[in-house]
Amino acid sequence: MIRVVLPGQLRTLASVEGEVVLAVPAPVTQRAVLDALEDRFPMLRGTIRDQTTLQRRAFVRFFACEQDLSHDPIDAPLPEQVILGVEPFLVVGAMAGG
Amino acid sequence: MAGVRVLVGTRKGAFILTSDEGREKWDVSEPSFPGWEMYHLKGSPADPDRIYASQSSGWFGQLIQRSDDGGQSWAPVGNNFAYAGVPGTHQWYDGTPRPWEFKRVWHLEPSLTDPDTVYAGVEDAALFRSTDGGAEWTELPGLREHGSGPSWQPGAGGMCLHTIILDPSVPGRMFIAISAAGAFRSDDYGTTWQPINKGLRSQGIPDEDAEVGHCVHHLAMHPDRPGVLFMQKHWDVMRSDDAGDQWHDIGGDLPTDFGFAIDVHAHEPETLYVVPITSDQHHFPLDGALRVYRSRTGGHEWEPLTKGLPQSNCYVNVLRDAMAVDTLDSCGVYFGTTGGQVYASNDSGDSWEPIVRDLPPVLSVEVQTLR
Repeated sequence: MIRVVLPGQLRTLASVEGEVVLAVPAPVTQRAVLDALEDRFPMLRGTIRDQTTLQRRAFVRFFACEQDLSHDPIDAPLPEQVILGVEPFLVVGAMAGG
Repeated sequence: MAGVRVLVGTRKGAFILTSDEGREKWDVSEPSFPGWEMYHLKGSPADPDRIYASQSSGWFGQLIQRSDDGGQSWAPVGNNFAYAGVPGTHQWYDGTPRPWEFKRVWHLEPSLTDPDTVYAGVEDAALFRSTDGGAEWTELPGLREHGSGPSWQPGAGGMCLHTIILDPSVPGRMFIAISAAGAFRSDDYGTTWQPINKGLRSQGIPDEDAEVGHCVHHLAMHPDRPGVLFMQKHWDVMRSDDAGDQWHDIGGDLPTDFGFAIDVHAHEPETLYVVPITSDQHHFPLDGALRVYRSRTGGHEWEPLTKGLPQSNCYVNVLRDAMAVDTLDSCGVYFGTTGGQVYASNDSGDSWEPIVRDLPPVLSVEVQTLR
């Protein structure tokens, strides 16, 4: 199971508290995690990535295992610790606004 | 019992202000969608409990929310605003071509007759329609694909389609306005469009009376006078008596004819309201005094309305969608400011009271008259 941590505004939008736990088929990639996330919470479509191009929104970042994965290929496997459920996949609103 | 529901969109959430027909005591809601930019909320004329709201954020993009119980609860609906076909380019600020790119929904205009049909004016400028309560959105591409589209340029606030007026008496007729392309009219339910900018003159464009390129800030129309349109342009307050075919200046004795908001009295089609703003450099009222100007003569002759409004040290702005009127017997007029105040008049503008003073900057104000 994959653990996903959403930023507060998206947790409110999806009506969830705390982490989201998703069953994600292998290979576990950014694309696969976001596909599973949006399947379960359709209201999140368009808020993390563009619905047509699937490009990450400019001010959204993906972190895991103390690494910034935002610029990794969307079909690259996520870190083993994320796949094992030891570490969460973090969706983060980029710091902006002072 | 009759009353009003004022829908306020702000930079950091939406607020609903309610009162009975006296409009003296108000309830102010807790913020809905706190932290989100709420560009516009509007109720369906066919079902006042149906309200649509545009919710957006620089981080998480565009959402559309829908309420079926008068704003007590909300649910996100569709938010996929995909341009039809290959969108092509418009002009950027520096004159270079730039691909059309969806940014946000500025204005939602529910159908006059069908609660499930609603139009959305978006940035980069285009018109979308939903016929299923906001679940799916389809562009009406005839507007964007009008031959002048590649020459449209953004105004300072972006290249936004900010005004949608549905004509209640001519089937299929609608008006829209874009900053900074101008005003357009469709007579076939939005399939094809023609620019309606004759008579406008704008010094900020190479050809000051060009067919398109004018920074129209807002349009208003009284439902009983469907051929009569009023316009607050970047500079100039204008009027058309032939559904936009020709415009003429009605700024008359206004102290400045720059501004954003314009509206028409609910029962007096020749009574207009504007909020003059110093200039496009100084987005605040003249002399630090917040004055609504009213014309009871369809323009040209204007009177300042000051009772209850701050007349010193006031440097707020009133944005284009932030003024509205109710339809109670004594017409109510409302506007919100970038300083977070929402002012109301229950006597056609003779006097004003703040409903609330300290909201986030107000982006839009709409009123529902409940009977």
